[in-house]
Order: sequence, then structure tokens, then C-alpha cells
Amino acid sequence: MSFRRHTLFWALLAAGVSSAFAARTDVTIGMVLEPPNLDPTGGAAAAIDEVVYANVFEGLTRFGPDGSVLPGLAESWTVSDDGMTYTFALHSGVAFHDGEAFTADDVAFSLDRARADDSTNAQKALFANIDTVEVIDDTTVNIHLLEPSGNLPFNLAWGDAVMVDAASADSLATAPVGTGPFRFERWVQGDRVEIVRNDNYWGEPVALEKASFRFISEPTAAFSAMMAGDVDAFPNFPAPENIPQFEADPRFNAIVGSTEGETILAMNNASPPLDNVLVRRAIAHAIDRSAIIDGAMFGFGTPIGTHFAPHHPDYVDLTEDSAFDPEAAKALLEEAGVEELTLSLKLPPPSYARRGGEIIASQLREVGINTDIENLEWAQWLEQVFKGKDFDLTIVSHTEPMDIGIYARPDYYFQYDNPVFQAIIEKLATETDAADRSTLLNAAQEMIAGDQVNAYLFQLAKTGVASVGLTGLWANSPTQANDLTGVSWEE
Amino acid sequence: MSRLGPALGTLLVTVVLVTALISLVWTPFDVEQLNIGNKLQSPDATHWLGTDHFGRDILSMLMVGARLSLAVAMVAVGIGVGLGVPLGLLAAASPGSLVDEFVMRLNDLVFAFPALVIAILITAIHGPGAINAIIAIGIFNVPVFARLTRGAALSLWTREFVMAARVAGKGAARISVEHILPNLANLLIVQATIQFSLGILAEAGLSYVGLGAQPPLPSWGRMLAESQTLISISPHVAVFPGLAIVVTVLGLNLLGDSLRDRLDPRLSHER
Repeated sequence: MSFRRHTLFWALLAAGVSSAFAARTDVTIGMVLEPPNLDPTGGAAAAIDEVVYANVFEGLTRFGPDGSVLPGLAESWTVSDDGMTYTFALHSGVAFHDGEAFTADDVAFSLDRARADDSTNAQKALFANIDTVEVIDDTTVNIHLLEPSGNLPFNLAWGDAVMVDAASADSLATAPVGTGPFRFERWVQGDRVEIVRNDNYWGEPVALEKASFRFISEPTAAFSAMMAGDVDAFPNFPAPENIPQFEADPRFNAIVGSTEGETILAMNNASPPLDNVLVRRAIAHAIDRSAIIDGAMFGFGTPIGTHFAPHHPDYVDLTEDSAFDPEAAKALLEEAGVEELTLSLKLPPPSYARRGGEIIASQLREVGINTDIENLEWAQWLEQVFKGKDFDLTIVSHTEPMDIGIYARPDYYFQYDNPVFQAIIEKLATETDAADRSTLLNAAQEMIAGDQVNAYLFQLAKTGVASVGLTGLWANSPTQANDLTGVSWEE
Repeated sequence: MSRLGPALGTLLVTVVLVTALISLVWTPFDVEQLNIGNKLQSPDATHWLGTDHFGRDILSMLMVGARLSLAVAMVAVGIGVGLGVPLGLLAAASPGSLVDEFVMRLNDLVFAFPALVIAILITAIHGPGAINAIIAIGIFNVPVFARLTRGAALSLWTREFVMAARVAGKGAARISVEHILPNLANLLIVQATIQFSLGILAEAGLSYVGLGAQPPLPSWGRMLAESQTLISISPHVAVFPGLAIVVTVLGLNLLGDSLRDRLDPRLSHER
């Protein structure tokens, strides 16, 4: 039986070969969306940060895997007694990938660039409270505020606040140059972005030598790519229904955690009859959250009753106020004098929206509200819904951390205009006392739930999958990131 | 020629037609009623073909989907015949004229685009929906019928009975309607059957990419698309809509072939 002998020979050879090599030092990460560019300071797309945050670019501070604010390029910082001035002590000996040294001047440049009038930064509100950035010496910088605030280290941890160099700032979109442990290698448009280890990194060197981010938007293709071993991990796997299969497969670990994604049925508060709080409440009562979590997300997700993450210590559980109650919904509609209501329901591509939308349409029909479902691609959704505000209802997950402040923007797409709420958020921006902040956050959550600005569905779960042996990936998503600094293969 | 093909074709098409008609008055379950707790049930006595990811009865959805598929294909073929045949007759009545050139080059233009591309164009402008899918599929049917009609009509124009009609003083329009068209009927019926099956496929393709009928209206193509990630968990969810498309298209093609054998004058010598 020469065939058998050969098989054995090859098997032994293979075993010998694999043990002779050390652990792998490359990784391929799957992502659903390709970033439109690679400049986190110039675009809102989550996919940008999912490639470059903590890997290529770093800020003065950074988010840890649990959402806490950790030192980044700043070694430490102190606040003046009046809360008006932050002094950051920077790490010395830090260089950008192109060899330029990172100094306090770059901090001033980066922050001034981000908050400039012509800046395209997607989160300019983060910097709104900064008055001036004062360079003391190469490794010391003072940031003077307009109002006392405890938020600055948190704000500076965002991907939108990373440090960039004046020499490379204009070409970051296609050739990102940061200070991170990986440097940008190449971007094969439509396929992948590759980053390699930065051997001159100032901090702890990373275990991986090379990482690729592959863009696979089709859930079926993502499943095949995982199964075939083309990608080693898919931190935000697009089809939650496949997670149990990965769990059952000894080659994979399912990584299920929480995200900052409040998934909501957004309502156009400026468009009648949705400008009537009774109608909005009726819609909220018509919705059975557990059916949506079960039907659209195959059980992954936590019900929410307001626009706030349940894992946050200041979260108030208000789900009971808008509990599933079709009879109450009908009564509210009657009280509002609304009959024969037909609303547009515009749905972006993710399955939480497409599937959730069908379930919600069916639930609304039960209380006498008809919906015209329209499935949109992301570009159309941004154009029609987000910018054009041409919608009645839509489903979307707001994945930025601590984003309740969007309700203080009357021109935001759901168009909630409440001066009392805006005053709370304004006060919150300058409040430094922890207990008072809690009180304000609670009040804010209760107010938008009471006004039922939107129907609050569930906190998006992070349903990820990774090959066995790959460790160090974030289980939760406190910010939009695939931080690879702690990732390695077990021997 | 085997007798099995025509018989099978007729049977399959009849089954689909009857199913679609029954769905007008009765389906086993309400297709708009979701029952999440009952999702992804395998086929059993209650749900003959199982339930989908929302707990809807797949048999009921396929029945309603059949109605939609047939309606879309039927109207689309109707548009093709209604516009294409008159254009073809018009072109054939004065071969080589400016009208002929104009009509046929316009046809070439439409013909040059793959059907799906036209469909995507139309739905991109007017938004997705069953009506736009019908228009899109209808438009790509027009040149098919226009060319067929022109080609066949041209040869008829040289026939003696047409000569006779001309000598009798009939105008081109009357000859086209009274003498040419009746002699084209068989050909058109055969082509319509084939276009009908292509229309079913096109509708399935369009709704598969999300450009056909919008939810909650069930459509075969979208059922396939939605069940894609579930294939490895609950294969029946994808298999049955796929089978429905195969059965319908196969039935129509068999029927079309046998009709051609029987009706197409160009094949008459083979009988």
C-alpha cells in the first residue's frame, strides 16, 4: 500500500515543518466596508478608523478595550485648578513613519488643523471647547479651554483627534503617515489595505509583522472566506445567524461583545404626523424589541429604551416606558386623531436594518400603520435620509461612543429641536463633577425617551469570529477600531 | 419527437399557473404575518415547505411569489409585443426607408445593452419596485419582437397573396394588419413563451439584487437573496424558491419548444 505510506510520509513531513516554524506573524482581518479614504481626521466613515486607529495613527490619549481613556502619545496630563487648562507631557523620541520627529508643535498643528474653519473633520464638536493650544517646549503642551471641562482626554482619544504631521497632512487620504506601531504599506482599492510593523516604534513593539484588512461586503462571501481560511478574523461579522456555526466549529472562536451602536428606528420629527409626540409614542409601543433582536439579529443585542449604551454606568433602563403594547399604541393613535397612516421606511443595507425593517413594518401594520419599505444603498441613504432628510422612518445604528449630544443638533437628520435638551447638553460640556454629570446624563436620557424622539430598539452586539490561536482582539467595541497592537498567534 | 417534453411542460406551467391563481383567494398562511418564534422550521405537516427566518410559511410565500413573477413576466411580454410588433410591421412595410432605418437602429441600441443593465438604469432613476421591474423587462422585450416581426414580415411581403392584396388596392397598413399579422401569429406565440420564461428569470434576478418588488411583497428572487446566509443552517429556505424558479422556467421552455415544433412554419418540414 504505497499510497498509505506516502500519506503518512507527507503527514509527518507537514507536522515536522509546522513545528519547526515559530508562530505566525501575519494576520488578515475581514471588514464589511472599504474605507473611502484613510484619513481619520477628514472623514466620518467608521471603516477608516477600523483600519488606522491605534495601528497607524495615535492621539494624545486613546481608548482601551474596555472604553477607558488611556495615555497615548501623552505620557501624562494635569488639569489646572480652575479646570481651564490641561498640560500634556508628551513622550520623547517619537517619530512619524516618514522620519519627522513628533513634538509639541505637531500637537498644535493637528488640533488647529482639526478645528479650523475649512477643516473637514467629522467630529468638530470634540474640539469646540478648545481656545488655544500653547507649545511650552518640545514635550509639553498646554491646551486652554473656553469653559472648564472634564471631557478633554476623552475627546482627544477619538480617531478624529489623532496626531498628524504638517509635511504629510495633505496626503493622508491615500498615504497615511502617523506615529503608530504599524505603517501603511499599500492599498489595493476594492480589495485590501496592508500595513506592516514600524520597527522604529517608540513604544512596546507589536508581535505582528504584517496585517491586511480585506473588504468583503457580501455576508455569504464573508462566511466562505472565513471557512476557507482566507481571512483569520472577522471582528464585525455581517451575518449573526452564522455565529453559532462558528461556535460549533473547533477551528474558530466566536467573539461576542458589545458595541457603542444604539440601533434606533429614527423618525423625522419635523414631518407631520411624526411631529406629534403621541404618534411617535404609538409607534414605539407598537414595536416588540425582543422579536426584532431575535428575528433580525438571531438573539444578539440588548434592548434599550433611550439613546445610551447599557454597559455605561450612567445608563437608565427606560425600556418599560415604551414597552410592547399594541393596544396602547392604537389608543395613542386615536388620541392623536390619526387614521390611515402610511409612512416611508428607508432601509440601509445592514441586516439589522433590512430584516428589522420588515419586522417593524409587520408590527406597525398590526396597529394600523402602513409603511412603504425602500431598500437603499449607503450612498443613497446618506443622500436622501441623512443629508436630504427626505424620510419618515429609517433604521440605523449610531456607533459613535457617548453620542447623545446629537439630539442637541436641531438640523440633525431626525430634526429634534428642544431648547431644554440643548441646555442640558451645553451644561454637560462644561460640568466636571462626576455626580452632577451623572444627573445631567440621566436627565438627558429621560428627556429624549419621554419625547420619544426615536423608537429605541437595541444595542448592537459585536458578533465577531476569529481563528483559534489568534489572541488579543477586542471583544467589545468602545470605539470604531480594530486595534492590532495586542494581537498575536499562540505558538 | 418525444411526447414527454410537451406533456411535462404543460403540466409544470399549469401547476404554477393554478398555484398563482389559488393564491389570489387562499394561501395556507398569511404571508405578511411574521412569527419570529416559529422561524426556520423544517418542512412538516403544518408548514409543508417549512418556514423562513421570520417564521413565515414558505409555501404561502412561493404561491404569492408565483403570482408576482407571472404578472411581471406577462405584462413585460405584453409591452414587448404591444410595441415591438407594430414597430416591426412598420419597418417591414417600407424596407430600406428612413423609418425602417430609424426603428431598427433604435432597436439595435436597446439590444446592445444587456437586459439587466437597462433594468438597473431604470430602477436607479425611478427607484426599485415591481412596476419599474416590469417596465425594465418590457423594454428589453421590444427589440426582440420588433426584429422577429420585421424579418418574418419582409419575407411575407414578397408572397403572392400579398401581391394580390396590393393589386386589389389595399394600403400598406391594411395589408400589414389583415394579411401579414395573422401569418405571424404562430411565430409570435412561440417567441412570447420563450420571452415569458426569460422574463421570469429577469424578475428573479432583479429582485435578487434588490431592484424588484419591495418587501413585504414576497418575490422568489428576494427569497433566494435573503436565504443566502442561511443555506448552511436551513437549506430548505433557499432550496424551495430556487426550485420554484427552475420548475417555472423549465416548464415554459419545454412548452415553448413544443409550441415551436407545432406552430413555427419554418420548422414545418420536420413534422
